[in-house]
Amino acid sequence: MNEPSPLFDYVLRFADSDLVLAQRLGEWVGHGPALEEDIALTNVGLDLLGQARLWFAYAGEVEAQSHGRGRSEDELAFLRDGSAFRNLLLSEQPNGNYADTMARQFYFDQWHMLVLGSLSSSRDPRIAEIAAKARKEVAYHIERSADWVIRLGDGTEESHQKMQAALDYLWTYTGEMFAPDNVELALIETGVAADVRALREPWLANIGRVLDVATLALPTVAWMQGSNGRGGKQGVHSEHLGHMLAEMQFLQRAYPGSQW
Amino acid sequence: MYAQMVETGVAKVRDAHEMSPDEQAFQARVDADIKIEPKDEMPDAYRRTLIRQIQQHAHSEIVGMLPEGNWITRAPTLKRKAILMAKVQDEAGHGLYLYSAAETLGVSRDQLIADLHAGKVKYSSIFNYPTLSWADIGAIGWLVDGAAIMNQIPLCRCSYGPYARAMIRICKEESFHQRQGFDIMLTLCRGTPAQKAMAQDALNRWWWPSLMMFGPPDAESVHSAQSARWKIKLLSNDELRQRFVDQTVPQADYLGIAMPDPQLKWNETSGHYDIGPIDWDEFHNVLKGNGPCNRDRMRTRVKAWEDGAWVRDAAVAYAEKQARKAA
Repeated sequence: MNEPSPLFDYVLRFADSDLVLAQRLGEWVGHGPALEEDIALTNVGLDLLGQARLWFAYAGEVEAQSHGRGRSEDELAFLRDGSAFRNLLLSEQPNGNYADTMARQFYFDQWHMLVLGSLSSSRDPRIAEIAAKARKEVAYHIERSADWVIRLGDGTEESHQKMQAALDYLWTYTGEMFAPDNVELALIETGVAADVRALREPWLANIGRVLDVATLALPTVAWMQGSNGRGGKQGVHSEHLGHMLAEMQFLQRAYPGSQW
Repeated sequence: MYAQMVETGVAKVRDAHEMSPDEQAFQARVDADIKIEPKDEMPDAYRRTLIRQIQQHAHSEIVGMLPEGNWITRAPTLKRKAILMAKVQDEAGHGLYLYSAAETLGVSRDQLIADLHAGKVKYSSIFNYPTLSWADIGAIGWLVDGAAIMNQIPLCRCSYGPYARAMIRICKEESFHQRQGFDIMLTLCRGTPAQKAMAQDALNRWWWPSLMMFGPPDAESVHSAQSARWKIKLLSNDELRQRFVDQTVPQADYLGIAMPDPQLKWNETSGHYDIGPIDWDEFHNVLKGNGPCNRDRMRTRVKAWEDGAWVRDAAVAYAEKQARKAA
């Protein structure tokens, strides 16, 4: 089989990050700190799942062009092993406590908003179309996660400590979001991909503003996991992803070829 | 609906001459189908019974999220996953409407939740059964939501305004839920032999507990008469159960799976299906806390609530700081 095309790989990065984060949010259902939070987390999860499906559909189209046949969304989601997943390391990190979940969401949403903004003017019209649609939903996610970072940061002593610890813990997974590899660089050249190098500064500025209001400090850890070209975008994951996939893919694997 | 054996605190239904003038006036309004609203006068027993009934229903929605949530992470396709997440989210929404309806009667949501966690109030017996396969998600939608709709549609006409209005909204969503459940069953029954066996196994396990959802037989249903008088219960347990059986048996035939009841048969004379005996001993044991999942469900709910305490405290503390700044 031919190598997958760079475009296919690039589109999968968005599909997989959205799916994996939606799966994490789905784990919260029924266990949130308040009913309103259960509903809101599910809303965000449903949006991301919907976006994942749009990206998967396009990935399948791209694959069909280069390989004659493109896989369906369910083949891509349920029948690939971990090393074929292209999601960001951040998205697969476990839910932890509510501060951990909100820190993960906060970093992700802030990146997501910027990258989708950039992709809205991609030279690839399908990418531009999906990004523009997704961005409308993420505009709500970004408000919500920033709001929780502020409330927990400037809430009680306990919530402040938990929020700061969560931000510090996850910081090391934010680097790969802004570190393009060769797949991305080639597509940046042709105006298809978002130039994430240019997004790091605005991301830092936006995050800094929220953390100021929240009375929280910007983490100082320098080492960034996966930013050396061996991270989630290249299929080199943390241990957590394998367990998630074992659970998520169980039915499709145990009853191959069935319709559901 | 998910309220079973709701106590009215009234030993027997009282005749008009046993009522005070206020009670007579109240009963006259109920009889005339005038909705009772939160600020209206109402007998204490009516208020207390409604609080019990509505909170049992609300708790059932919330505890009911757990058996279905159990399969969100394992849903077999992305489409099924999205539908299931949306369905469980609807249930959280139903819980919210119902807690709000109960709050119009002068109780707080926090107090109601504390009562649930202390074991002072029940939720529907059905949610103490486990979801063991994907087909259980189909069976819950088809049977459990089907039974719930059967029970809830009459409550859209109940005497208490906020409850009736919440029910109208809930019923609209429940009918979607039932359809998605039946669709899962149909897909499994038209699938591989292994999938069809999964559907049959789910029906075997969920059929009898679904029939128990309607509560004990009318002859043993001591509080029903007063609730009927107050129009917060509009049809009897046995009537509703029979309607459900009559509706569901042909659906199982259509699916091509067998009801787990050798005595089930069509009765030409009555124009209804006759069923075999229900194991009421099992029902009473599940209510007492001895169902397969009672302890798990409660432990999970209490843990979610306790783990979330610092989050709720933080939200309150933040809001108070903001209010002080604004003042």
